[in-house]
Amino acid sequence: MSWKIKALTKSIWVFHLSVGSCNNCDIEILDCLTPRFDVERFGIQLIGSPRHADALLVTGVATRKNIPRMKKIYEQVPKPCVVIAVGQCAISQHMFRFGYNAPLPVDKILPVDLYIPGCPPKPEAMIDGIVKLVTKLRKAK
Amino acid sequence: MKLLFDYLVFPGFIFSACVGLMAGWVDRKVTARLQWRIGPPWHQNFTDILKLLGKETIVPAGTKATFLLAPFLGLGSLILAATILGLSVRNPLESFIGDLIVVVYLLTIPAISLIIGASSSQNPLASVGASREMKMILAYELPFILSIVAVIVKSSGAIELGQILNHQLNSGSNIFSWSGALAFLVAILCMQAKLGLVPFDASEAEQEIMGGTLIEYSGAPLAVFKLTKAVMLYTMPFFLIVLFLGRDLSPLFMIAKYAMLLVVIVLIKNTNPRLRIDQALRFFWRFPTLLALIAVILALFGK
Repeated sequence: MSWKIKALTKSIWVFHLSVGSCNNCDIEILDCLTPRFDVERFGIQLIGSPRHADALLVTGVATRKNIPRMKKIYEQVPKPCVVIAVGQCAISQHMFRFGYNAPLPVDKILPVDLYIPGCPPKPEAMIDGIVKLVTKLRKAK
Repeated sequence: MKLLFDYLVFPGFIFSACVGLMAGWVDRKVTARLQWRIGPPWHQNFTDILKLLGKETIVPAGTKATFLLAPFLGLGSLILAATILGLSVRNPLESFIGDLIVVVYLLTIPAISLIIGASSSQNPLASVGASREMKMILAYELPFILSIVAVIVKSSGAIELGQILNHQLNSGSNIFSWSGALAFLVAILCMQAKLGLVPFDASEAEQEIMGGTLIEYSGAPLAVFKLTKAVMLYTMPFFLIVLFLGRDLSPLFMIAKYAMLLVVIVLIKNTNPRLRIDQALRFFWRFPTLLALIAVILALFGK
């Protein structure tokens, strides 16, 4: 395991990228920062600029207008970085599967490392997902 | 050789960076405890820096060399200020004439390097941050320098850190006089602004302008800026201790005074909302400037 990945897993700065979600997943993500869950214990922070990010947290169904912007933001994130798809919409388009304006699920657009299902997923589920991702990253390298 | 050691290791880079990063952790931990959270482990800030050093550095198209040079300019000059301060405390008789003024100048350079870096990154939000940072410098430098003038007047016109320390050794710390106390109050407010913390962090407002001046920085240059912030968190309280609380400089008292100032910083940070830039400018040019002027006048009358 290289030191880069090890340091990355201990201080994940998250950029929250909402591409057409109903705000429910976004609220649950903010719950992770509240006193009850407090992910800052593990060095996880929400940050403002994609240039500072280590993880791109995608919520919502990717709409036709948003797909080029998603790709652009993914290119703006310095590598190594991980992409996390949160919520049923981002994973499988959920009830918008036959919608005219949502052609693709997120993992056909970006290389997704972690899927967190749920509508919306519970904060416990997100923390569990992060733990699994960290274990996977540490084993891989 | 000895100078290089001073600059890079003991009162200089490694020492000040470690102390600053630990102080940054104390800040985060106390903030978390005040919000009923647990907070990060003690090595969190070190891990952050390490991680940033391992990440890719993206240079936006069309930027000049200043984009990559600016962070090193800021860090280098700030470490020089920390070294001068540390040496003058270790050996008050060896300080040179006018080093107080040199330190005041060097403490401004990190903010200027932030402006240079932000404006060369060609991002509109970064330029908003840079202009706010510039206004902040205009706002806090005047009362800060006036409060330092009060100290200079008190120690009969000495512009040498060693002589100021000597004066306090003979006639008590500056803070235990009317002018010293007023000037200290003003200097604490200016310290908060110089550190770029809430309520005076409009130039880096994460919620409005997405990190402002730092928006285009990634990887190693961002790590250098974070280190600059950490060293600032060590240098500024240390500077205030030298100016106002310089009677007893044994290590134990030093740590106690530093911890006290750190607590004050964290408390101000956690109990105030962010000021708009015009509010900050108005605040600094009215209340603290007036207080600092009164302090200078009181010092002239020897109070």
